[in-house]
Amino acid sequence: MTDQWKGIVLGKMLNQILPGCLVSTNKYDVWIENENLLEVCNVLREKQEFKFDLLNSITAVDYIDYFEVVYHITSLSKNASAVIKTKVGFGRKDPSLSSVVGVWRGADYQEREIWDLLGIKFLSHPNLKRLFLWEGYPGYPLRKDYITYDQSIVTENK
Amino acid sequence: MDLQPKLDDNIDGYGVPIPDISDGPLHEITWDMDKNEGKSVNQIKANNIEPYPEPLVDIPKDVKNNIMVTSVDYLLNWARKSSMFPLQFGLACCAFEMIATAMARYDISRFGMEAMRASPRQADLMIVAGTVTWKMAVPLKRLYDQMPEPKWVISMGVCATSGGPYYQSYSVVPGVNHIVPVDIYVPGCPPRPDALLYGIMQLHDKVRRYSLTTNPAGN
Repeated sequence: MTDQWKGIVLGKMLNQILPGCLVSTNKYDVWIENENLLEVCNVLREKQEFKFDLLNSITAVDYIDYFEVVYHITSLSKNASAVIKTKVGFGRKDPSLSSVVGVWRGADYQEREIWDLLGIKFLSHPNLKRLFLWEGYPGYPLRKDYITYDQSIVTENK
Repeated sequence: MDLQPKLDDNIDGYGVPIPDISDGPLHEITWDMDKNEGKSVNQIKANNIEPYPEPLVDIPKDVKNNIMVTSVDYLLNWARKSSMFPLQFGLACCAFEMIATAMARYDISRFGMEAMRASPRQADLMIVAGTVTWKMAVPLKRLYDQMPEPKWVISMGVCATSGGPYYQSYSVVPGVNHIVPVDIYVPGCPPRPDALLYGIMQLHDKVRRYSLTTNPAGN
């Protein structure tokens, strides 16, 4: 069974290596300052005590006041996993975050999906295009304030 | 003898010029393609607001008044219904039920339909098996337009019929009858092969009632 890193322990270790990168922790999760995300991800990938070499998934959540991006990562060599989170786009204005494609190659499509559906911009992503929807689609449909533009098209079949 | 045709270095097998990637990465060069695709999707979304009515066969008035055909009708309809080739075209989970219908247990070769054509130019029947998204609506319309007349469409499952669980979703067509005219609707999520077979038999009955002069389809 994969060990789950305790958020408090992981946060303490990260704070020793990169002082000031931490926002808060709880039992399972670590919240990172969004400016420090790329450095933290590099540390988690490279440092001997972490060795998180697999990115399971990236998800984003719309909390109306801000967006939260969630990274599930696993270390295959140490058989351990962790969850790190970061908050972006306070006040819903121009949410942007540095891309982690340089750290984990598998982040490519998932970051494109988040850009497509929630409109969080990943800076220095090699190919930030819409993934599921088409070019010219109005808005980002998984946002809480998204209004379905299609209401007019759903007519009763006569 | 050299059977392989000599190809220009800058042209692929279909005669389409290969983009020059020395200018930058390929995904930067394909922006125009993405934009064109988006434009066509937005266009079909804006234009296909009303559902198409059930298709009828148009018969010219002079033919209607001057010709009496009975045995020809019978022969023609029998021929049409006895070898109705479906298009090999599945969109979602309903496609597996369609595949099961084609396999030995349910076996649509009993109706002369076992030859699922991979080309729309050889197909008579399109079974729309699954969720139709707006992005897929453009290729679907193109496939339908490529099929030779006379052609029929079965809408299989609730997703294709009305959007089903994705009704009023941001990306799903509210019924494939917005894109192409539909002859038979098969309800279910997904419908069992029995239900699809029943739909196919209903379509055969419909085809049998066609007449060159008096009865358009569906009456």
